[in-house]
Amino acid sequence: MITGTPKPIEEILEMIEPYDNIIVAGCFGCVTVCRVGGDKEVQVLSSTLRLAREASGRKIEIKEICLERQCDPEYLEPMRPYVEDYQAVLSIACGAGIQFMAEKFMKTPLLPGINTGFLGVTERQGEWAERCQGCGDCVLHLTGGICPVTRCAKSIFHGPCGGSVNGTCEVAKDIKCGWQLIIDRLKSLDQMENYGKLKPYKGWDASRDGGPRRILREDMI
Amino acid sequence: MLPCTGRIDESLLLKAFENGADGVMVIGCLEGDCHYVNGNIRARSRVKRVYSILEQIRIGPDRIRMYNLSAGEGAKFAAFTNEFVSQIENLGPSPINVARKQAARESAQEVQAT
Repeated sequence: MITGTPKPIEEILEMIEPYDNIIVAGCFGCVTVCRVGGDKEVQVLSSTLRLAREASGRKIEIKEICLERQCDPEYLEPMRPYVEDYQAVLSIACGAGIQFMAEKFMKTPLLPGINTGFLGVTERQGEWAERCQGCGDCVLHLTGGICPVTRCAKSIFHGPCGGSVNGTCEVAKDIKCGWQLIIDRLKSLDQMENYGKLKPYKGWDASRDGGPRRILREDMI
Repeated sequence: MLPCTGRIDESLLLKAFENGADGVMVIGCLEGDCHYVNGNIRARSRVKRVYSILEQIRIGPDRIRMYNLSAGEGAKFAAFTNEFVSQIENLGPSPINVARKQAARESAQEVQAT
């Protein structure tokens, strides 16, 4: 899922300072699962902002909504009839959802209520960790299901670097060496032969180097 | 009336302040004694999150507090309630209620002036 963290209330209050009525828009997708931008968070954030603004002597009217997804056009369209009745939309979806809404509603300022994080997993309640950087050229079949691009701080492809000490990365003591994890896993799968099968070089042309990426599926158009 | 403090979430607590409460007491069963296993533990962590929200928006974390009591502790309930009420009386009305009163006074003055 796409993860995120709430922006500090003070920063949001500063963003909404010019406005007297706004929409606070959540998303039932990833940000609901990582408890940062779902229906409950819309309610909590809206109450918080109303309280803060009223205590400062300047009330704010807030319309609370939570869309099925902010990254699909059909779920944004129902907002069209009323979006211009409000001075701004504070979205607590991921950066993709916020931008897509901004593209659809050209005359309404869009404000981000969260900081979008990474593609990750829930390791336990309240703790998420990165697993994929969307490099566009997956090699997990060769690396025991552990991604060298994400799990190695340097994204290197040919085994641990000199900074790997007792299975720990030199970047921080709480980061495991991705390559140590890969080798341990390959050993336990009895697939160490895959270690030698890694590509001589990693092609980054499917990654971010060519600017914003696009997937075109002719069979679906 | 809620059957279990586990049903309480942050938005309900904040709504109480929006509806004009100067303080909110949350009373759950004794820890380890929850009929739904950990409803009261969940409530405590949600109350803690509301502490932090109230602190950030300068309404003050002291306006909300969670107590744990069994249904048989009537005297303790009265004591906790008196303690909390006097704490809120010392703090005075919430900044929301102060702002509302001020706004009402100003609009009354405007009406008089016209």
